[in-house]
Amino acid sequence: MKIHEYQAKELFRRYGIPVPAGEVAFRVEEAVQAAERIGRFPVVVKAQIHAGGRGKGGGVKLARNPAEVRTAAQILLGMTLVTPQTGPEGRRVGKVLVEEGLDIRQELYLGIVPDRASAQIVLMASEAGGMEIEEVAAADPEKILRVSVNPLLGLQGHHVRRLAYGLRLPAAAVKEFSSLVQNLYRLFLETDGSLLEINPLVLTAGDRLLALDAKVAFDDNALFRHPELARLRDPDEEHPLEVEASKHHLNYIALSGNIGNMVNGAGLAMATMDLIQQAGARPANFLDVGGGASAEMVENGFRIILSDPNVKGILINIFGGILRCDTLARGVVEAARKTGIQVPVVVRMEGTNVEEGRRILADSGLNLITAVDLRDAARKVAELVR
Amino acid sequence: MSIFVNRDTRVVVQGITGKEGQFHTRQCVAYGTRVVAGVTPGKGGQEVEGIPVFHTVEEAVRRTGADCSLIFVPPPFAAEAICEAADAGVRLIVAITEGIPVLDMMRVKNYLAAKPVRLIGPNCPGIITPGEAKIGIMPGAIHKPGGPIGVVSRSGTLTYEVVHQLTRVGLGQTTCIGIGGDPVNGTSFVDCLAAFENDPETRGVVLVGEIGGQAEETAAQFVQERMSKPVVGFIAGLTAPPGRRMGHAGAIISGGSGTARAKIEALRAAGIRVCEDLGGLGEFCREVFG
Repeated sequence: MKIHEYQAKELFRRYGIPVPAGEVAFRVEEAVQAAERIGRFPVVVKAQIHAGGRGKGGGVKLARNPAEVRTAAQILLGMTLVTPQTGPEGRRVGKVLVEEGLDIRQELYLGIVPDRASAQIVLMASEAGGMEIEEVAAADPEKILRVSVNPLLGLQGHHVRRLAYGLRLPAAAVKEFSSLVQNLYRLFLETDGSLLEINPLVLTAGDRLLALDAKVAFDDNALFRHPELARLRDPDEEHPLEVEASKHHLNYIALSGNIGNMVNGAGLAMATMDLIQQAGARPANFLDVGGGASAEMVENGFRIILSDPNVKGILINIFGGILRCDTLARGVVEAARKTGIQVPVVVRMEGTNVEEGRRILADSGLNLITAVDLRDAARKVAELVR
Repeated sequence: MSIFVNRDTRVVVQGITGKEGQFHTRQCVAYGTRVVAGVTPGKGGQEVEGIPVFHTVEEAVRRTGADCSLIFVPPPFAAEAICEAADAGVRLIVAITEGIPVLDMMRVKNYLAAKPVRLIGPNCPGIITPGEAKIGIMPGAIHKPGGPIGVVSRSGTLTYEVVHQLTRVGLGQTTCIGIGGDPVNGTSFVDCLAAFENDPETRGVVLVGEIGGQAEETAAQFVQERMSKPVVGFIAGLTAPPGRRMGHAGAIISGGSGTARAKIEALRAAGIRVCEDLGGLGEFCREVFG
């Protein structure tokens, strides 16, 4: 789960990680007041969306006086911001962060991620701050310092020293850097972070270190033990159908194609999306209804898929191992009746009681097309879009 | 022959009194698996399907000689359950639980590293040696005993699809393993490939991967350098958008790495025969493994 920069910086403050003075604003007037409370100019007005590259997209504005703050906030609030990471549709800006401007001497990078292959927590730092770290990694891998921390042992002094001296920090900043790294590591552990990035971490003319940007994401699997963090979720940043699906415990991701699909199991769901594409159509979504899809889940799945106006047809692909196909077929028929499906539905199911399941579909009088296997399903999907 | 489990494997089910635990214990027993004990703290002394339940894994192992644990414990307690099983001295742990926090699994993995125990999963369907032992939640009936194919996969129902097609074209399986869809897991593709390479009855392997991480790339390198047996690969997620978690916690393309295309290319470069048409995978395997 991602959070906004302003939320991440509030967390940073709580953990003693220095950040510039600043406030979030939802309206133009609030932005101006925030700048006045900061009390010195220039200030920076930053669009708050869950995507990087905001500067490049015109989402970060410098303001030298209250009038400029007003203008910046007027432009940003309500605009659709397109950055290299938002896709062409962009994101609507609903809030801005107003922050003091800093006298920057150097921009650094500092990040923490769990490394899946080694099961170690990896800290990364670089003198090449302010750039996309993936670009630095590709162009100049030796410019990135990496230290691996065994989670059973925790962060050690030598880890911090390797980063501090590797970054060639001025002596006056080493102590502050060490405590910053320790606090950041503690934040990562205590919040079950899945990504923590400060880019840039700035060194000011006065040898102070501050997190000028903050990117924080949490492990969704761990949110059960952090209800206070789960509340930071911003549904405005998510596709409305995805928000709706999550209320029904459905794993749904909206895509741009025209064939809706409903599958049990994530791997099979991905493979089914690929199959739709290979058949000459494009998947409208990813939807995993789980290993044991119930009639209720199928019904909710139908409603969500059909809420997408681009959907011209639906493919249901269920490998009913323990779930019996006759049960599933009854669920599909019931859901199709209740939701009044107007588009053709191809149903491919396999597993226990498949013959009876197919008969239930055939006898339903609904526009349900039975596929005998995946190849047949692909052919029938291809016919739908022809 | 088979890898990791066979008809002699003695299973203790952790979380046996829960809904999932009870249901799947019944299914495993019906398949012929030797489930000798169950564990639910506070419910020691009870029975499930005639199987004795103990408070702790240590007691279950001591009293019944269980050497494998099958875990259905909910996510908040699953990491501890895995460590308890390891401390009790089982040699194999199969963790079905989906949704264990990544940091918990990182600690578990480092803890198990020094112990003589293998972990399969978590977030996996388990392991089956057809005709001998089913230690997991997969439907037993789709499998065909006697080999000669080994199957290893990060997925659940996608594996059932693959196995079903193998069975339909007459290719039986030695052992099928779901290694799980989480970013941090126990047994890897490489561990399974090495075991299949050493298993005399396995003549070929089907590897089912998906987007996210580098496990398929690492497997490809192993196949190229160490394997003599033919391997067929399938990778799900060619149409998956970057930066989105596709159901499995580990299935995410991040920073441009972990794409299906890159994995398919890595597998092909290592001499693995990659099938891109899931509907024709069974026939594809019949041609390759003959």
